[in-house]
Amino acid sequence: MIPGRFTYHRPNSVGEAVKLLADLGEEARPLAGGHSLIPMMKLRLAQPEHLVDLGRIGGLKGVRSEGADILLGAMTTQAEILDSALLREKAPILQEAAQVIADPQVRYQGTIGGNVANGDPGNDMPGLMLCLDARYTLTGGKGNRQVAARDFYEAAFFTKLQPGEILTEIRFAAPTAGHGWAYEKLKRKIGDYAVAAAAVVLTMSGGKCSGASIALTNVAQTPLLAVDAAKALVGTAVDAGAIDAAAKAAIAISDPTTDTRGPVEYRRSVLGVMVRRAIARAKSRAR
Amino acid sequence: MNAPTPTRAEREAALKGMGFSRRRTEDARFIQGKGNYVDDIKLPGMLFGDFVRSPYGHARIKKIDVSKATALPGVVAVLTAEELKPVKLHWMPTLAGDVQMVLADGKVLFANQEVAFVVAQDRYIAADAVELVEVEYELLPPLVDPFKSMAPDAPVLREDIKDKKDGAHGPRKHPNHIFEWTIGDKAAADKAFAEAPVTVKELISYQRVHPMPLETCASLASMDKIKGELTVWGTFQAPHVVRTVAAILSGIPEHKIRVISPDIGGGFGNKVGVYPGYVCSIVASIVLGVPVKWVEDRLENLSATAFARDYHMTTELAATKDGKILGLRCHVLADHGAFDACADPTKWPAGFFNIVTGSYDIPAAHVAVDGVYTNKAPGGVAYRCSFRVTEAAYAIERIVDVLAQKLNMDPAELRLKNFIQPQQFPYKSALGWEYDSGEYPTAMKKAMETVGYQALRAEQAQKREAFKRGETRELMGIGVAFFTEIVGAGPSRNCDILGIAMFDSAEIRVHPTGAAIARFGTKSQGQAHETTYAQIIATETGIPADLIAVEEGDTSTAPYGLGTYGSRSTPVAGAACARAARKIHAKAKKIAAHLLEVSENDLEFDVDRFQVKGLPEKMKTMKEVCWAAYNNVPAGMEPGLEAVDYYDPPNMTYPFGAYICVVDIDVDTGSAKVRRFYALDDCGTRINPMVIEGQVHGGLTEAFAIAMGQEISYDATGNVQGVTLMDYFVPTAVETPVWETDHTVTPSPHHPIGAKGVGESPNVGGVPAFSNAVIDAFKHLGVTHMQMPHDAWRVWKTAEKLGLVK
Amino acid sequence: MSNPAKTRVTINVNGKDMSAEVEPRTLLIHFLRENLNLTGPHIGCETTHCGACTVDLDGRSVKSCTLFAVQAEGSKVVTIEGMAAADGSLHPLQAAFAEHHGLQCGFCTPGMITRAYRLLQENPTPTDEEIRFGIAGNICRCTGYQNIVKAIRSAAQVMAGQPRKEAAE
Repeated sequence: MIPGRFTYHRPNSVGEAVKLLADLGEEARPLAGGHSLIPMMKLRLAQPEHLVDLGRIGGLKGVRSEGADILLGAMTTQAEILDSALLREKAPILQEAAQVIADPQVRYQGTIGGNVANGDPGNDMPGLMLCLDARYTLTGGKGNRQVAARDFYEAAFFTKLQPGEILTEIRFAAPTAGHGWAYEKLKRKIGDYAVAAAAVVLTMSGGKCSGASIALTNVAQTPLLAVDAAKALVGTAVDAGAIDAAAKAAIAISDPTTDTRGPVEYRRSVLGVMVRRAIARAKSRAR
Repeated sequence: MNAPTPTRAEREAALKGMGFSRRRTEDARFIQGKGNYVDDIKLPGMLFGDFVRSPYGHARIKKIDVSKATALPGVVAVLTAEELKPVKLHWMPTLAGDVQMVLADGKVLFANQEVAFVVAQDRYIAADAVELVEVEYELLPPLVDPFKSMAPDAPVLREDIKDKKDGAHGPRKHPNHIFEWTIGDKAAADKAFAEAPVTVKELISYQRVHPMPLETCASLASMDKIKGELTVWGTFQAPHVVRTVAAILSGIPEHKIRVISPDIGGGFGNKVGVYPGYVCSIVASIVLGVPVKWVEDRLENLSATAFARDYHMTTELAATKDGKILGLRCHVLADHGAFDACADPTKWPAGFFNIVTGSYDIPAAHVAVDGVYTNKAPGGVAYRCSFRVTEAAYAIERIVDVLAQKLNMDPAELRLKNFIQPQQFPYKSALGWEYDSGEYPTAMKKAMETVGYQALRAEQAQKREAFKRGETRELMGIGVAFFTEIVGAGPSRNCDILGIAMFDSAEIRVHPTGAAIARFGTKSQGQAHETTYAQIIATETGIPADLIAVEEGDTSTAPYGLGTYGSRSTPVAGAACARAARKIHAKAKKIAAHLLEVSENDLEFDVDRFQVKGLPEKMKTMKEVCWAAYNNVPAGMEPGLEAVDYYDPPNMTYPFGAYICVVDIDVDTGSAKVRRFYALDDCGTRINPMVIEGQVHGGLTEAFAIAMGQEISYDATGNVQGVTLMDYFVPTAVETPVWETDHTVTPSPHHPIGAKGVGESPNVGGVPAFSNAVIDAFKHLGVTHMQMPHDAWRVWKTAEKLGLVK
Repeated sequence: MSNPAKTRVTINVNGKDMSAEVEPRTLLIHFLRENLNLTGPHIGCETTHCGACTVDLDGRSVKSCTLFAVQAEGSKVVTIEGMAAADGSLHPLQAAFAEHHGLQCGFCTPGMITRAYRLLQENPTPTDEEIRFGIAGNICRCTGYQNIVKAIRSAAQVMAGQPRKEAAE
């Protein structure tokens, strides 16, 4: 219940923050919404000696568009994502995902940056970012660099984020107008991580699928981009056969573990169900 | 100018006696955040205690080094078993006749067992100090499978009693054996089975769970060395028992100990027993002479305080071909963890499990229970279920369903066929209980009619066909449960806690201006006693409930009682309440007669006044009588108006109910959606319908959680799982179904107001209703039983084995 | 191991600026309960699930067990103790919880009412489903939620200006 001791830092700018992280080294952690880090600290599974609170840094929040792209400041909370008229219009799949993350209080504090940066395979947003082919801006002492979400995740809790860097912005091209979308997550109760989840974005044209993107959550060490599953839909009428093929292809790349939510075979099977249901709903939404 | 005389209805409404949905008086403080829970209490100089706990399930302790911890600034003391030995408190007696380590003495026997108690200036320093205590362990082979506990080569867990061939309840068969308890007529039962044309048998396991009240356990002990007085605030469902135990263990005379249960944030049985945290905070305060507070974390609560259930019940029924039950046999393997800390009345090591004949007229029955030790947390307690009653109800309600399935009979019809009939009450069961009253067929038929049972079965049949045709991926299940539970412990002839008979008490004192204060030996943890006891008194005396203060929980003022658990408050203290109120009524009547200059026999009582029969305008209100009690009583009568009653119940009470649950199971994910849940409860006389409904809602929600996902489990190495809210299934408002409640009223003939108690009925009846519903969905495919909890993945596995999953 | 000194934190709690010396690691819930003696919000777990510690911070429902007091420097916090009006009259939610038996042991109640307050700011006319989703961060073990939903629905009606139906006694 009681965290270990640490020194608290509250920089006013990103530059100040990355300098602090660089100077303080490995024993310093950035503090975003804190709803992944602080619970770990309370269980003493994490005992950083320094916390660098990003909460007062202006310019890290906000949802905006820039040309065809949508930009999310890393400190934008899940609640703010749910409130965004821009996202409702341009990328509602993000809102569907935010709705099934945690609970109302946690959503008021939890940030999109925090959800995508720490490499927890149970988090929902990384899969969304793979599906949307988002790019992360990582800011360090040497300035900014962009890493594709699809390249970012290496293993559970291991990402391309280097010591001294913080994720400051997420950018993705808004899906085509009239796209179909769905985030399907099976969980035991509100607040739970997924038994398995699938994010699907697709476009239909003349009764055939003209493009698809499918990502899988919590069925491997990292979120997975289901390339073959998506391919199985393109050019088809997204009929039962195509959906079947997509589900099978998704299951084929999954590597879930057995835990209290169920054994491996269950999670694989449920993944198939999530993919099927997500595709069906996405198709029904496509114009 | 005279005010118009209020009508009788107006007077009844002002009285707020029994039967009214009186709003709760306790709410005023809770809705404003002014409750007074143990952790809200702060005393000058107060220190804080915290535990070092074992990471291993079975290990010898080679060494404990507290030096780094004691060197931390702000740490005042670190206690280990060594420090408790001189006061003989390194072990303590349990409620079940066993002994339990307070702090690990030479070895640890379950994961998260208490090893050392750090006392520091605040909880942050205490937490830091806990990390600094170094313990060297030598691992021992863990025993977590109760079925293996009595194997010849099983590791011996309890070295302290390994040579004891006798336990508290008779001979032990093995060093890991605790007791064997049998009841019933084995010969008659065996004969019934030998001769019966139809028999069914299932291993029905009721998984280990935990009552998980929202407030964890806590104590604040304050020893005043100058006065020699110990005050302990704590989360105690039975404060007087704690006081008596504390006096015996500490040597401080009982009149110098004051135990106070302030507001308690839920108990559900978790807060009945005495825990190492309480003992350590008391010892630390006695030694240091300052207040010491202990508040556990949720992880500690779930993994180290008393669990519930963990019963493996091999249950059999013998019957005729047309479904008349002839006999029941049940063998239970009871996993008690490392110490038998079961909170049962002394003579009942398996609680009242022999209620397992349930609502049915079963001529021959036999039960045998073997309790065993394992490397798990000690216990178990009655998690909202009276003593082992939920286990028994689950066994009988499941096996009756299994029998119905074998006979191809509808489960409701089979129950109707075997009910104890109204004319059979009081009914002596084959396992020794005398059920007080019941109208089972009426309740069952009302339930079936209200839910449209026949139509539901028809729908189920149609849906099964639709499933076969591939038109739906859902299977529909209908669960029926008709429970009879046994509560209100209990008569002194067979119920005692550590030798103290299980009576309860009420003390009522009426003030001159017509208000009153009443104190009881029970202790509410949310059951609205401050509101409902006043309603009983109001009806019996004519003093408005709003003018009656109710107090519980302070042993310096409350009359001795055995506390609140097992739904005993209404049956026992509620009876004492009514009887004490009637004593006041009787004296008031004499005073009224005196004031009116008539004979008592000429008076009748009308809501809140005594009036002369046939001449109602010649009357005295109770308010006037209260004043007169202090200045104008008949010659020879003592002034004042108060009464005490200690009630030794002549029998237990037997609430019952008919529950029907409809589920739709999504076969591809195993998720079961509760479409409808109807609960009809008969708790006899209903004191406050609003409170009863709230109890049913809460109990059903706990039952839902148990049936559908709650589980505390141990892996092969003795690590405990499911002990944080990440994993322990506690549903939110989203998962929790909507509850439909209904009732019949069959008063208890032996209870002064005919009330039976209701708090635990919904958990007792709810679990089998949910479980029967889930299993019912697969019955047509030959499934006879599925082990709880019915997590989605377990349900899915059943579906998968049946070849249903695509 | 670092041993950082205490720092002075000032937070506006229930309308008053309140200050105390705390360690950086002091959780907001402990600042409220221990430093300010506001024992309304409670602690029911250590994994950010139960919601008994919920307060309203700068217009957001927040689990105060998962925030350091230092993070809330300068913020406006409302706890259950700040829900009643200055003249002592109950907030409609408080009255509704008592009217509809939305509490039993009372332990979840402060967090539940504080959360319900913000829920009704977010959505003044929620359906029962929206209410349930809106309080899914608050666990109750006693009531089964049904009367809590009823209470919140009733309070919403009162706050929207509709007279509420008196439940029969």
